[in-house]
Amino acid sequence: MNLKPETLTRIDEVITHYPETEKRSGTLPLLHLIQEDVGHISNEAIEWIAEKLELQPINVYEVVTFYPMFRRQPIGRRHIKVCRTLSCALAGGYKTCSKFEQEFNTHRGEISPDGEVTVEFVECLASCGTAPVVLIDETLHENVTEAKAKEISDQIKAEAANRG
Amino acid sequence: MSDLTEKRIIFKHIDEAGYSNDIACYQKHGGYEILKKAVTMNPPDIRDEVKKSGLRGRGGAGFSCGLKWSFVDRKSGKPIYLIVNADESEPGTFKDRYIIHQDPHQLIEGTMISCFANDVKQAYIYIRGEFPEGARILETAIQEARDAGFVGKNICGTDYSCEIYVHRGAGAYICGEETGLIESLEGKRANPRIKPPYFPAVLGLYQCPTIVNNVETLCHVKHIMDMGADEYLKIGTPNNTGTRIFCVSGHVKKPGYYEFACGQVTMGQLLNHVCGGPREGRTFKAVIPGGSSAKILRFGEKFTIKNKDGTSKEWAVEDIPLDFDSLAAAGTMGGSGGVIVMDDSVNMVDALANINAFYAHESCGQCTPCREGSLWMKKISTRMVHGEARPEDGELIKNVADQIAGRTICAFGEACSWPTQSFVAKFGDEFKTYAEAKKAKPADSLELV
Repeated sequence: MNLKPETLTRIDEVITHYPETEKRSGTLPLLHLIQEDVGHISNEAIEWIAEKLELQPINVYEVVTFYPMFRRQPIGRRHIKVCRTLSCALAGGYKTCSKFEQEFNTHRGEISPDGEVTVEFVECLASCGTAPVVLIDETLHENVTEAKAKEISDQIKAEAANRG
Repeated sequence: MSDLTEKRIIFKHIDEAGYSNDIACYQKHGGYEILKKAVTMNPPDIRDEVKKSGLRGRGGAGFSCGLKWSFVDRKSGKPIYLIVNADESEPGTFKDRYIIHQDPHQLIEGTMISCFANDVKQAYIYIRGEFPEGARILETAIQEARDAGFVGKNICGTDYSCEIYVHRGAGAYICGEETGLIESLEGKRANPRIKPPYFPAVLGLYQCPTIVNNVETLCHVKHIMDMGADEYLKIGTPNNTGTRIFCVSGHVKKPGYYEFACGQVTMGQLLNHVCGGPREGRTFKAVIPGGSSAKILRFGEKFTIKNKDGTSKEWAVEDIPLDFDSLAAAGTMGGSGGVIVMDDSVNMVDALANINAFYAHESCGQCTPCREGSLWMKKISTRMVHGEARPEDGELIKNVADQIAGRTICAFGEACSWPTQSFVAKFGDEFKTYAEAKKAKPADSLELV
């Protein structure tokens, strides 16, 4: 496993949050840290975590497949999560999602052809008062109408162009 | 008309100009003074005060906080854990987000007082995975509190020590259920545990006695210790004490969060006056009063409510006072305070299909009635919207729901059945005539599933 030194430091620190005999509690934190570092959870990562926490790989694998936020495959450079649940849908969340798909010529759950984004529908993001909401990587965008989705898309495209 | 001015206790500093989420600002506003006072008290006295205050849990079930604490097994010799439930996953609910982002020290102070009261040496804040920024804010705030001697070793210079760590979830709704949350914190799939024997107060985290409290509930503890139970009891109505934060979303002019004393305002006052009423040219059709699993209320329906003296009165939806017991009397619940409003532009089959897709996605899959039933409810309602709708579908889907509720390990069975049961009971005609309604639908009408 080729992890950044700071990831390894954080992993060793987070394990101390739980009792000696309860290392398994480190499963979710380690999965988060490794996914943030590498981008997704590979078989190698599952085996690495299992060894680190003195578990069997299946113990980690069953956790990865249970929680929606852990992914087995790489995604686009930016992760656009559009809330699908009722309050956002009542405010036009489906249109917001379609707008992002259209802007990046992609479909929900797929990496866009330019590799720039993965657009996804997710369940409630707990910001229903400012619906529709979209979580892009770790930043929440509120009141994302179609027009605002276009603006955000343009900005992402401009950043990509500047990067060259 | 009763007083429609908000009574902000928990949200006192939310959106206040110049108020920041660092410890300096918190202390400038009197922060951590209550903790300093609490650690000089006898823990059982704090527990008594909380019990006396009548505080009911703000996470959804509305269970007495003092009673919950009284169930804790204090003789087992095992450590007692406290877990802050910051999973905030019930659709329509968004109050804890603002506490965490804008006033994290209020939560930490309430948590530390509660830990001291219950002889807890280790607390965890289980925060939903979708709040990455919230998790970072909490970690920073905990470190500030640790440096200032309010968390960690020798709190406020006493011999009491207690640590808090933040633990992130990863996108599963069921982690809001306390035993599912505990499984998740143990590093497993969040399959809820069967009760008995796994009452958290006795066999919780690592099979030790454990308290799981919602973010807002723990904030209330701080204010109860500040003003005293007698003063706190004066807020709200008997058995419904303190304030509630109503998270209003959907079809109102001014969605957002509003804090009122329990029972201070009615549903009509909240929606028509506080939230500015329906959108232009629209009328209210239905409201879900306590998070998406709460049973829906139909504008125009009447409730016959029995008074204590044996007489009865009639309420319209607008007349229901917003407190735990009144909403229960109207056949629904205050739940987590998430009020979702729908106007006459919404077809109820579409709305139910949206909710059913949520619950089918979120069932943990442990109990057969829920795993299979939630999926069938989604399949049938989605078929109605995107395929062919039959007049008997409403009854069919309700039949599925009736076979889930009461037959599962955790309350998810009820949570996923109540929407279907109540939508079909109250809007049965729309289910019968959906095929025709669909044909008449304009092409650009609201898409909900």
